[in-house]
Amino acid sequence: MFYREAGQFKTTYAADMAIFPLREDRIGLAVIIVCAYALVFTGNSFLLQAVMIPFLVFSLAAIGLNLLTGYTGLLSLGTGAFMGVGAYACYKLTTAFPGLNIIICILASGLFSAAIGVLFGLPSLRIKGFYLAVATLAAQFFLQWCFIRVPWLVNYNVSGAIEAPLRTLFGVPIVGATATPETRYLVVLTLVIGLTWVASNIVHGRIGRAWMAVRDMDIAAELIGIRLLRTKLLAFAVSSYYCGVAGALLVFLWYGGAEYDVFNINQSFFILFMVIIGGLGSLIGSFMGAALIFILPIILGMVMPAILSPFGIGITAATVEHLRFMIVGALIIFFLIVEPHGLARLWQIGKQKLRVWPFPY
Amino acid sequence: MSKMKSFAVGAIVCAPMLSAPAFAQDSIYVPLLTYRTGAFAGSGIHIADGMRDYLTMLNERDGGIGGVKLVLEECETGYDTKKGIECYEAVKSKNPVVMNPWSTGITLPLIPRAAVDKIPILSMAYGLSASADGQTFPWVFNPPATYWDGLSQIISYLGTKEGGLDKLKGKKIGYIFLDAGYGREPIPLLEQLAKDYGFEVKFYPIAAQDMQNQSSQWLNVRRDKPDYMVLWGWGAMNGAAVKEAARTGYPMDKFYSVWWPGDDDLRATGEPAKGFKSLNWHSADGNYKALADIKKHVVDKKLSQANPDKVGEVLYNRGVYNSMLIAEGIRNAQKVSGKKVVTGEDVRRGLETMDINADRLKEMGMEGFAQPIKLTCADHNGHLATFMQEWDGKKFVKISEPIPPMVDKVKPLLDSAAKDYAEKNAGWPKRSEACDKAS
Repeated sequence: MFYREAGQFKTTYAADMAIFPLREDRIGLAVIIVCAYALVFTGNSFLLQAVMIPFLVFSLAAIGLNLLTGYTGLLSLGTGAFMGVGAYACYKLTTAFPGLNIIICILASGLFSAAIGVLFGLPSLRIKGFYLAVATLAAQFFLQWCFIRVPWLVNYNVSGAIEAPLRTLFGVPIVGATATPETRYLVVLTLVIGLTWVASNIVHGRIGRAWMAVRDMDIAAELIGIRLLRTKLLAFAVSSYYCGVAGALLVFLWYGGAEYDVFNINQSFFILFMVIIGGLGSLIGSFMGAALIFILPIILGMVMPAILSPFGIGITAATVEHLRFMIVGALIIFFLIVEPHGLARLWQIGKQKLRVWPFPY
Repeated sequence: MSKMKSFAVGAIVCAPMLSAPAFAQDSIYVPLLTYRTGAFAGSGIHIADGMRDYLTMLNERDGGIGGVKLVLEECETGYDTKKGIECYEAVKSKNPVVMNPWSTGITLPLIPRAAVDKIPILSMAYGLSASADGQTFPWVFNPPATYWDGLSQIISYLGTKEGGLDKLKGKKIGYIFLDAGYGREPIPLLEQLAKDYGFEVKFYPIAAQDMQNQSSQWLNVRRDKPDYMVLWGWGAMNGAAVKEAARTGYPMDKFYSVWWPGDDDLRATGEPAKGFKSLNWHSADGNYKALADIKKHVVDKKLSQANPDKVGEVLYNRGVYNSMLIAEGIRNAQKVSGKKVVTGEDVRRGLETMDINADRLKEMGMEGFAQPIKLTCADHNGHLATFMQEWDGKKFVKISEPIPPMVDKVKPLLDSAAKDYAEKNAGWPKRSEACDKAS
């Protein structure tokens, strides 16, 4: 009733090809973005620093992996390592050129990650599926090995860690301990919105279509004139770029310092689960997956003691942790059974239902 | 992205809940970051129990510290940096007086924040060794010894055993370590000592994911036949190393470790582990008044989560020692500031002026439990002399007098590391906190 295209006429080709053809969608998106920015005024540092910033960082990494796995059909287990490349590159850049704007450093660090991604993407021309996953696993272990064995990467720091030094934007500290959660959040949010917009344009354009053609059947794609070498490597490059930027954001705007172990294989799986739960080949699914895998446990951790304590059931921190594991695990299985195509598909079905409501046919 | 909205709304709805527990201003809030789950839970549970039980005992026996109740809250980190930071953000708004991250990975991101949020960090014998320098890190404390101290103590113990440090010349020392910042930190000192005393070092790194699968490195050990082995592990790695050493037939009495192996790590191997030695700075038994009080006021009243048998074991006592430092820091803070309900800033001053002498130890019912320790504005560590303890097949037994660290070797490393940290983190604040007179 409220959500349908009746009466919205398209008079140009551009309007017809718009990503959000429905006015309601555009309004909804604008409201979300305004709400997201408005969160700054809540002044709740836990919400910003421990929930929203990590959520946005993981969403960006999930978008990165989704471009590769969801859109191009190349399975990768090296996400954690590619994030690490971005983080270490950003650290090297900002310590080598302290005067350089940190935003530029963060965006440029993705390029290093992209280059490494291309290098480890080369085997994808020959091998597919699980075998490719194993090849990217090599990237994960090799890069992690580098992070700890190459002292140059951490500027010969004896503790082997990288720390985010103080960096400002327009005179306001955005990186380093004195940066407020509000400014960090604004920077992360703006970058993530910008990069999501770019990703959305890529996947809806020629490149994205080429990726999807390769995903669906690479021989057919080759026959219609798509060059596999370029397309697959481009997918690796763009995907690693996003992961690299996410890694740089993770260390510089969230943790503030990190050891090599942050970028371990678990991180890769963590992101992969987000992509699978959220929906392969969907940008909005990346956000949903990140929300389910990252935010849900936090909410559970807060809600469970609150629910149980009125009944006189004291619950220890460790029990909450065990329950979190069990509930999230059960939910993952539930979602995969009910909707193997992920949350994004559920969202789509919901929208379709809404369109024909209240007279479904 | 609409899903994001619903989560944002959900988060806004949840937000008041987070800030809700505004604690009455007649208590002191002490959060405990613990890990009773995950790969390191085997060590973490005992430490968590020890920490919690000692502070609970103070609440039960004395009604808190200086008449002010302590409000304890555990936050589960699972030894995961991500969750640790989440915990930090969650407890920050409740005015914690001190943070105990209990993981080097969590400590590192918190170090720069400590000065900004005015919450001191107590990373007991872990974290960043350089943070022993109070002039550079006024908000971080890592008593009673750094890893560099520990390594120099092991080497000087070996020296005494051989009949002089110069007798180490030509010997081969194997260093088996967790391949992370923690295990790599002692390497520069080890290499320097090797040069100074003419011994040879063999490195056996164990990656975090291979902690329980060390057989390949132990094959190398069998080939190299080092005269001594030094272990720098944590969690499951310690137990696995002892087991592998026993299986490879490496002589256990030549196997030394830093202070982290617990009783359970050794018990898994049992009798063959006899002779294994590790450093320690506190007693590994339960025959002290403070521990008897814990049994009486906490364990017997079913307020503890600990298995009563574990009270008095190495890692449990380590938790007790950690909480003793917290409690003394708060007690000192009350003295220095003249306030009853202290804040993080007061506790920073309290920790800095901490002087636990023999009389005080006796007063606390810990005479002989540990040695006196004194911190100053410049020295946030104390560089306590630790002793060697040996596994007799059933428990750890103290076998040596306290071994002082090689100050002349460790001090320059510490100073340069602290200077290095401040330089690399451009804009690292100069110390502006005034230095209090020792209480």
